[in-house]
Amino acid sequence: MPSSSKLAGALRSYFGGWELFLLAILIVTIIANAAISPFFLTIGNQINLFQLSIEKIIVALIMTLIIINGEIDLSVASMMGLAAVTFGWGFQQGFPMPIVIALVFLVGLAGGAFNAFWITKVGIPSLVVTLAMLIGFRGLARVLVEDRGITDFPEWFDALGQQPILGPFPLSILIFFALLIILIVVLQFSGFGRKVYVIGNNKDVAAFSGINVGRVKAILFMAAGVISALAGLLYAARVGAVRGDVALGFELDIITMVLLGGVSIFGGSGSLFGALLSILIVLNLRNGMALANVTGHVQTGVIGMLLILSVLLPNIRAYFGNLYAGRKRLKQRDGKRA
Amino acid sequence: MGSIIERMHPQTLRFTALLAVLFLVILFFGTQIDNYYNARLFNRISTSVAIIALLAAAQALVVLTRNIDLSVGSIVGATAFLVGHLLANNPGMSPILAVLIALAAGGLLGAVNGVLVAYGQVPAIIVTLGTLAIYRSMLVQFSGAKSITTNTLPDWLLEMPRTDVLSFGNLDLRLTVVITLGVVIALHIFLMRFRLGRKFYAVGSNPEAAVVAGIDSQKVVFLAFVMCGALSGLAGFMFLAKFGNITVVAGLGLELKSVAAVVVGGTNIFGGRGTVIGVLIGAILVDLIDTSLVRWDLISEFWRDGMLGLLILLAVGADAVLMQHLEKIRQQKAQLKHARLMKAKIRPNRAEV
Repeated sequence: MPSSSKLAGALRSYFGGWELFLLAILIVTIIANAAISPFFLTIGNQINLFQLSIEKIIVALIMTLIIINGEIDLSVASMMGLAAVTFGWGFQQGFPMPIVIALVFLVGLAGGAFNAFWITKVGIPSLVVTLAMLIGFRGLARVLVEDRGITDFPEWFDALGQQPILGPFPLSILIFFALLIILIVVLQFSGFGRKVYVIGNNKDVAAFSGINVGRVKAILFMAAGVISALAGLLYAARVGAVRGDVALGFELDIITMVLLGGVSIFGGSGSLFGALLSILIVLNLRNGMALANVTGHVQTGVIGMLLILSVLLPNIRAYFGNLYAGRKRLKQRDGKRA
Repeated sequence: MGSIIERMHPQTLRFTALLAVLFLVILFFGTQIDNYYNARLFNRISTSVAIIALLAAAQALVVLTRNIDLSVGSIVGATAFLVGHLLANNPGMSPILAVLIALAAGGLLGAVNGVLVAYGQVPAIIVTLGTLAIYRSMLVQFSGAKSITTNTLPDWLLEMPRTDVLSFGNLDLRLTVVITLGVVIALHIFLMRFRLGRKFYAVGSNPEAAVVAGIDSQKVVFLAFVMCGALSGLAGFMFLAKFGNITVVAGLGLELKSVAAVVVGGTNIFGGRGTVIGVLIGAILVDLIDTSLVRWDLISEFWRDGMLGLLILLAVGADAVLMQHLEKIRQQKAQLKHARLMKAKIRPNRAEV
């Protein structure tokens, strides 16, 4: 990036180099897609592109906070499945809808609290706890519906997931943007957000400075549970049917989106802005590849490659940068001697 | 009893506890399921555990160096497909060559992971999350969405999972089980007795200290990934022999099972601690519970996954609590001993004077 340009310099100091890089990729993707297909830039396609992965990107928002906090939650996709299945089960039992929906959120909260208990009270790494619950929540979902599928939800419920409610936007997209704004305020402009970063940078220092580390982590994991439950509900509404394998394997896509957004897997750095850009890149890339008839597995492969390159390229650049700086220093020293 | 526990090495204690749990689980299912203790149980569990134990041992090598390999499931699928494809087209290929190809293909994929993690300095979870998808998509491209079917494979391969090395009455020791046991024992000796093996632990328990001590930690991490990949390739070969039908989703989800077995087997997920023998017991425990729950009438088989998740949590949670407790007791003891020594120095025993 040319540091000579004043505008670029200002942008860079505001967003950091990584976000600018993502922005460039995004623009290239959009231009390429628009060139490939005349339908790409239509509003219908743009909304469709969001809606196809809306559950994943909603969960990716809270996952950003968790990874910045230095933890990880692998159980989100299983929680989405469990929530969707709980909804289907409650509906089948004939409970009134408001109670069923409240039950779903309660399940999400309880699941998040369960994760939080093992992580903060017992002191097991979140990678292990949520790996266990990835299996566990999915198991509970299968217990609830076994191998049946549940469908024929009330029409208004399906409509919530499928029909636009405000202008051309369906409910799920509105929820996504509302959550995005709320979380940006919480993470970037509130005391709680600063605590999230500080803990991610150094848990021990944070604890010694009087931050209740366990409480912050517990809040984040419970929020992840509730938001995953919400995403599961939206999935049920969009597809209009639930089965035990709803959202199977989504956790990898979600984590990929967050990490591609420049959030460090070791915690302490990254931003929701970066995560948003990477979400847009992934959505546009997948949509463009789908328009160009590339299969789903290969799309995932391309995203995987992008994920590795996103960390590898800066490393390579730093390596050669150091090499160059070292040579320059040597030359200067030799020059002085001569 | 208390003093025995305190005097035992934590690793020995962990291993003993794991064996005790395994024993209790077998006893428990014995009371619940009619005719549980028979040769078929042994045969079934031992053959199904052979693949997952091999993968878990491979995973343990990487976890010991404070890394993780999420791509093992995709490596299993890719090598199973590759070897199956080659065997279907060249039925005359020798078994040894087929195994070598599986090892080499797996090792190559592992080497890609290793280069990126060790020399590219990209965190292992990112690299292997990426290659999990990339290897799978390579498999889809290469196969053209076709699958390998049993009838195209040579007979010796399909016979292999049923071949016995030893038989005691109805108890059969299958060839695949012997291979896995051999690999685990060899790995155990390698990790415990060889200089290079000890370096795996050194790098995992403190990477900076390992570098300061003159260990080429990049080489060690690279090697761990290559070995993990090669063993996953071997597991892919066994997968091919066991199932015969290989589709593009072969081996999907095995990465999480292998990590689960490693963790239940008492290996620290942050590296530096654990044994492959423990991992073998962990894999047996996970698979035993998985297989036995299917036959338990009291609860539906759909509880399997739920129970497995809870088991992992309980195993790791008990371990964490026990170790914290033990550490505290040991520190107190050491302080007491120190205090007693200091006293003895100041006031020598009267009898001696």
